[in-house]
Amino acid sequence: MTNPWVVYLLVPMVKIVVILGAITLAAAYLSYFERRLVGFLQIRLGPNRVGWQGVLQPIADALKLFSKEDIIPTRAEKLVYLSGPVLIIVPALVVFSVIPFGPPTNLFGLLPQAIPPYLTDINVSVLFVLGVSSFGIYGIILGGWASNNKFSLMGGLRSAAQLISYEVPMGFAIVAVLLMAGSLSLVSIVEAQRQAHVWYVFPGFVAFFIYFICGVAETNRNPFDLPEAEAELVAGFHTEYSGMKFAFYFLAEYANMVVVSSMATVLFFGGWLRPFPSWGWLGFLDVVPPVVWFLAKVAAFLYCYIWFRGTFPRVRFDQLMALGWKVFLPVSLANLMVIGTLIVLFGGGR
Amino acid sequence: MTEYIPVFIFTVVALLFPFLAVGMAWIVRAGKRDAVKLEPYECGIEATTFAHDNRFSIRYYLIAVLFVVFDVETVFLYPWAVMYRKLALFGLIEMFLFLGILIVGYIYAWKRKALQWA
Repeated sequence: MTNPWVVYLLVPMVKIVVILGAITLAAAYLSYFERRLVGFLQIRLGPNRVGWQGVLQPIADALKLFSKEDIIPTRAEKLVYLSGPVLIIVPALVVFSVIPFGPPTNLFGLLPQAIPPYLTDINVSVLFVLGVSSFGIYGIILGGWASNNKFSLMGGLRSAAQLISYEVPMGFAIVAVLLMAGSLSLVSIVEAQRQAHVWYVFPGFVAFFIYFICGVAETNRNPFDLPEAEAELVAGFHTEYSGMKFAFYFLAEYANMVVVSSMATVLFFGGWLRPFPSWGWLGFLDVVPPVVWFLAKVAAFLYCYIWFRGTFPRVRFDQLMALGWKVFLPVSLANLMVIGTLIVLFGGGR
Repeated sequence: MTEYIPVFIFTVVALLFPFLAVGMAWIVRAGKRDAVKLEPYECGIEATTFAHDNRFSIRYYLIAVLFVVFDVETVFLYPWAVMYRKLALFGLIEMFLFLGILIVGYIYAWKRKALQWA
């Protein structure tokens, strides 16, 4: 395994194909679970006709979107309009290259040596995730503007304002984790939680709360889905997108939900670590592979996303802005100061 | 820098993905297009003005300016947070000074109703 072609091309390519397939499938089936779950919460059935209990529904949807009529409106700015889906899907996918799904493994002895199940570990992963995922806003605002449709323009502007407003408290919430972990690498942050014998959600529950609510707002999900509010904006920034171009906006939204859930898992819930990693009598939990722990935690957050959608009514736009700037921003700043002071006073549990 | 090579490969693959998928769908796409269908959607009535002729609220710009200020502050806090264990008390005092200045600006913006939507 020292051949550079194997190390730098073959192994990453295999991982990329697996990750790409997994994200696409996960996003497709997330939409199925969302529809079934919201159906259950609203006491109706949801899609249950295609295949057993409707499990083939996402496949049918994908085929339908693939063969749909593909329109470019005459008044749209053509080049910018067509680059919208590309600009939103590329960041949503590339972020997954630094998400640590688990520790290095040799797949129960199938591989000659242990390789990490994540694509790469860079020493600025947190900055990478924040920077690259913020790039997706270009897809939304340029797509909304280039459609030359009033609904799309308003949706794009609202989305931009919402994303940048919630980016600030989200950044402060993550700084609180960095204070405790002392590293920007996601793998090191998980290892730091093992050494600290505690998931960071316990000392940093305020930061976690702010992070996750901001994450819901960043992905334009209920109750913060004003950019696409059906009742007033008719799907907002993607009103004029049809067929596969719409499919990419859709895919990016669900992929971003998985990113936010994965980051919440890594930063606050110990990534691939089992619950209470320092309690010896819970050692029997180690029979569950670390990757399964990671995926289970991510699934729990995704469930919360759908649960929010089934539970909360949509907020008004001025309420949304007030919540971000007047509540979350001061609270996250105060939280940062308290955690910083506590670490100096007590050494932060290390 | 070798750990960035997979990121680069992934970016190339991720760029190819939408082009291939939209291109293939373009070949098999259904339907007939006509002039009316290709107009921007406007609840079924004929549009008299278009989005690019209209103006929108100045507040969106104001939010963008505020964001630049606060996000730059966040970016300064990242390296500080990573080195916090070494800086210890000095780091804490520095942070209180830094965030103190930020909070004064924040209160000013709040008092001038920059955070007030409508």
